[in-house]
Amino acid sequence: MKWMEKVGELGLFSGQVFKKFFTQKLDVKKVVEQIERIGYLSMPLVVITALSTGMVMALQFGLGLEKFGAKLYVPKLVASCVLREMGPVFTSLMLAARVSAGIASEIGSMVVTQQIDAMRALSASPYQKIIIPRVLGCLICIPLLVAITNFIANLGGMWVGVSDLNLDHIYYFQKVISTVVVKDFMVGIIKSVFFALFIGIPACYFGMGVQNGTQEVGRATTNAVVCSSIMILTGDFFLTKLFWMVEKWL
Amino acid sequence: MALIEVKGFQKSFGDHHVHRGVTFNVEKGECYGLLGGSGVGKSLILRSLIGLEKPDAGTIKILGNDITFWDEDQFLDLRKKVAYAFQGGALFDSMNVFENLAFPLNQHSDFSQHEISDRVLKILDKMRLPGCEFMATNRLSGGMQKRVGLARAMMLEPEVILYDEPTAGLDPSNTQKIQQIILDLKNDGVTSILVTHDMPTATQVCDRIGILQNGVIVAEANIEDLQNPNYEPIVQFMKGNAL
Repeated sequence: MKWMEKVGELGLFSGQVFKKFFTQKLDVKKVVEQIERIGYLSMPLVVITALSTGMVMALQFGLGLEKFGAKLYVPKLVASCVLREMGPVFTSLMLAARVSAGIASEIGSMVVTQQIDAMRALSASPYQKIIIPRVLGCLICIPLLVAITNFIANLGGMWVGVSDLNLDHIYYFQKVISTVVVKDFMVGIIKSVFFALFIGIPACYFGMGVQNGTQEVGRATTNAVVCSSIMILTGDFFLTKLFWMVEKWL
Repeated sequence: MALIEVKGFQKSFGDHHVHRGVTFNVEKGECYGLLGGSGVGKSLILRSLIGLEKPDAGTIKILGNDITFWDEDQFLDLRKKVAYAFQGGALFDSMNVFENLAFPLNQHSDFSQHEISDRVLKILDKMRLPGCEFMATNRLSGGMQKRVGLARAMMLEPEVILYDEPTAGLDPSNTQKIQQIILDLKNDGVTSILVTHDMPTATQVCDRIGILQNGVIVAEANIEDLQNPNYEPIVQFMKGNAL
């Protein structure tokens, strides 16, 4: 039942993060630093992931639909899947590995070397200086990175569509534009806001929970990545279901 | 009146009872040495004095405040007056020496950047670390890290300083420098508690020492009384014999 305790503690920690966010002064300089680290430095990873995802999807859909003479539907399918599902989920999973691991190990090392204690002893809040900038950095950067993924994945799909499926690039572009509506884009972006919280908060929680030396830093890093990934994948199902119900209701 | 009063302090981790009722007082301007074997919980008491740990039972009064059941937010003001010099310095490795020293002032003062810069350079000079301000903290030697950590603790001109093994692992020259800094602060009226294994440092800088063993203070003495046969436990401890 230890994992139940952890879930409860994570819930309480999340509550503290939200409370401190609204009650403590924001350290803008630290937030900007995190935007660079989480957003700008993740760009190569996001671009490669997005390009590969779009290309593979176009190729798979093309191969499958060609048997039924339906490969003309590839642009529509790729665009819808990328915007609503693959863009936010794949990008967030990749960022869970990169960002979550980075944050958890960095904070864990700070705990081990008593830097967090020193911060508290100097009457500074670790929430203000360490946790909120990282969570806010995730909240700002991840939706933007997902938007970039959406664009690049569709470009990758178009590349394969043109080079391997012999589709006309203007036709591909027009089909994507006519298929995609703002709602599809917004569903993906709203999901990514939740995924940003699923990455930032567990990473900080596991990092801050390190107690017994460097061995636990490794364990905290692993736990943070696993926890973020599970929350993204299970959260995606519930969010998809929620959006599906809302769309039906509207 | 005592500036720091610890009464019946108890702390356990599971079945392991580290403290079973530690009691001691520290008067204003006094330097109190807390001695004891490894793992008896000396640093734990020090950490509890600024709320980094919570006692299970007992009371802690510091600067007239009963802090035993304070929460994190209540400590914010107290921690500006009570500084903690960590054993390894605990410097922020994402900042250089200057930024580490400027951190408390940026956080809690209205000084201009020019004034902060002046104060940082002045304290580096006092610590005999001139020219180190732009060095990365991981390039500093152990002794330099301790001195920068001590300097950072002094930046807000605290009334009380808690020293956690300030001379552990240092060569004689660096030990002497740290001893002199502690003595200078004592002469300036700063009250302090020194946790150490280093007997020469304890006798050099402390006014009074207490021996922590089996979770309680088993003996206390003024430095000048150490030759008194009534204080045999302390003399034995200082000679390196087990109590």
